[in-house]
Amino acid sequence: MSMLKPIPSLLLALAFAAPAALAEPPGLGKPIAETEIKAWDIGILPDGTGLPAGSGTAEQGAKIYAEKCVACHGEGGKGGISAALVGAPPIKSIDATKTVANFWGYSTTVFDYVRRAMPWMSPRTLTDDEVYALTAFILAQNKIIGDNDVMNAQTLPKVKMPNADNFIIKFPDKI
Amino acid sequence: MTIRKRRYAAPLEPVAGNGLLDRRALLGRGIMFAGAVSTGVGSSRTTAAADPLRDDPWSLETGAITPALQTPSRFEKDVVRILSNPNGEPRTSHARTPHHLLNGTITPNSLHFSINHSGIPDIDPDKHRLVIHGMVKQPLVFTVDSLARYPMVSRMAFVECAGNSAGMFSPQPLQASVQALHGLVSNAEWTGVPLSTLLEETGIDPKAIWMIAEGADSLALSRSLPVKKALDDAMVALYQNGERIMPGNGYPMRLVLPGWEGNMQVKFLRRLKLTDQPGMTYFETRTYSQILPNGKAYRFYFVNEVKSFITHPSFGQALKEPGYYEISGIAYSGSGRIAKVMVSADGGKSWAQAALQEPVQSKAFTRFRVPWRWDGQPAILQSRAWDEAGNVQPLRAQFVAERGEAAKVPSPLGFANQHYNSLTSWAIDSKGEIKHVYA
Repeated sequence: MSMLKPIPSLLLALAFAAPAALAEPPGLGKPIAETEIKAWDIGILPDGTGLPAGSGTAEQGAKIYAEKCVACHGEGGKGGISAALVGAPPIKSIDATKTVANFWGYSTTVFDYVRRAMPWMSPRTLTDDEVYALTAFILAQNKIIGDNDVMNAQTLPKVKMPNADNFIIKFPDKI
Repeated sequence: MTIRKRRYAAPLEPVAGNGLLDRRALLGRGIMFAGAVSTGVGSSRTTAAADPLRDDPWSLETGAITPALQTPSRFEKDVVRILSNPNGEPRTSHARTPHHLLNGTITPNSLHFSINHSGIPDIDPDKHRLVIHGMVKQPLVFTVDSLARYPMVSRMAFVECAGNSAGMFSPQPLQASVQALHGLVSNAEWTGVPLSTLLEETGIDPKAIWMIAEGADSLALSRSLPVKKALDDAMVALYQNGERIMPGNGYPMRLVLPGWEGNMQVKFLRRLKLTDQPGMTYFETRTYSQILPNGKAYRFYFVNEVKSFITHPSFGQALKEPGYYEISGIAYSGSGRIAKVMVSADGGKSWAQAALQEPVQSKAFTRFRVPWRWDGQPAILQSRAWDEAGNVQPLRAQFVAERGEAAKVPSPLGFANQHYNSLTSWAIDSKGEIKHVYA
């Protein structure tokens, strides 16, 4: 074995072909604790994983909506310069308008998106209670929950969206 | 001997209707058309001596200072992207690549398409961080500088918005350029660290099936991708065509998922969280789910399927006179290499095989070319691509039967639906003007 000299070009080729299989990875990532990631760890999973403590109702949400959302989404969520949040026009064509009530598959997506992205000009400034309240307001205006239902980490994931069963996974073999 | 044969071949006869010539003519030094010399069709070889050549002013003075960062000639000022939201209103902004004004396969960085759902963040690379956590053995945080020290790979890859070509869902053909119709796809050489390398360092919980990728933009845009894709050919890219990624394309780092929907290739990447379920995020369960004619919708379409379109000639250009032209365009597939492109000049009645520009690379643009002698009569140009996995671009009738057409005629910059990969047809009339038709 020791008689064989390494062939530099072959070693080079191997190194380029399989960077993921380095015997010793560079190890330049620094360990970090989940507690240190908390401020960024804002995603909510459809089973409710990630939902914070707190709660809110549609009535509370209506007040916050009037203050922080109405300018773009219009009176009663009927739409303005930004999308309508209320209303479920039937899906009659492939270019139908997609709304929370006629299309969205998961109630948790409402909480997740409001929390991460709204209000447009000052995202991630709402408290968790405010996000629950706005989520309750949008769901109640769409008659998906009752006007007095309280949304929190236990109740929200149980809300079934009207269009939930109408999705087809296009490429299940890729998952 | 074969080369010699081609160079001195007899005048070419068309191989398909309306004057399509044999692609092998492109291998020779020149092209001689059957009948062209004797009839004079397409040639204007009379002398131009009425206007003798002389030095122009720029040849008689010292030129401009050589700049540190060069930009195209001022005569190329029209080679720009089309903007959907030039005044930055509070909505998504799209910038489309002018394919009809480019050639080859690489999209220059300044013209790469860009979609931003809440503007382009001004990220300081020294402060940017990438965190990988969730169902891993050891959560890790990386800086731009630390990633830049990793073993890198470079590869060509197209990036295409799932909504590219959405105007093709219109019930009537939109009279719009290839840029307006198909400008939300571009092709670049991406250089970065294979995601598998980083996941090797964090370790993966065997129960992790998904990861949720998130950007550092104001929406913290998030998409779920299967761990399977992350370990296959995903990359955390730092460079685009040799230079650091453009701000509109994800500076200082983005995911590159070769062949998959652009929106999943999260820009300004700051976080990857491994999970046992998808996030069902806004962009995957609403925006990038596609309504079908029966009222149901596709979710997790992922792959941009085999597609091609002709860029030269195309809508907005005009043929000035009968004679020789090169038909050329772009073909690509999210499932691998392009295997074959066929071109028709008679609306699909007959087809000629196009020459493919080497190298033909997986999940990247392939330029195709066919020599053509236009006789001045109406013609309808189409291209149709096959990939190495055996997928073929569906004909329009097949595609519409499966995916439907919009009820309303949309704006060329609108999004009636997504994942259109059928044919595009350019009709040339006897004046040489080009319209978009369904054929």
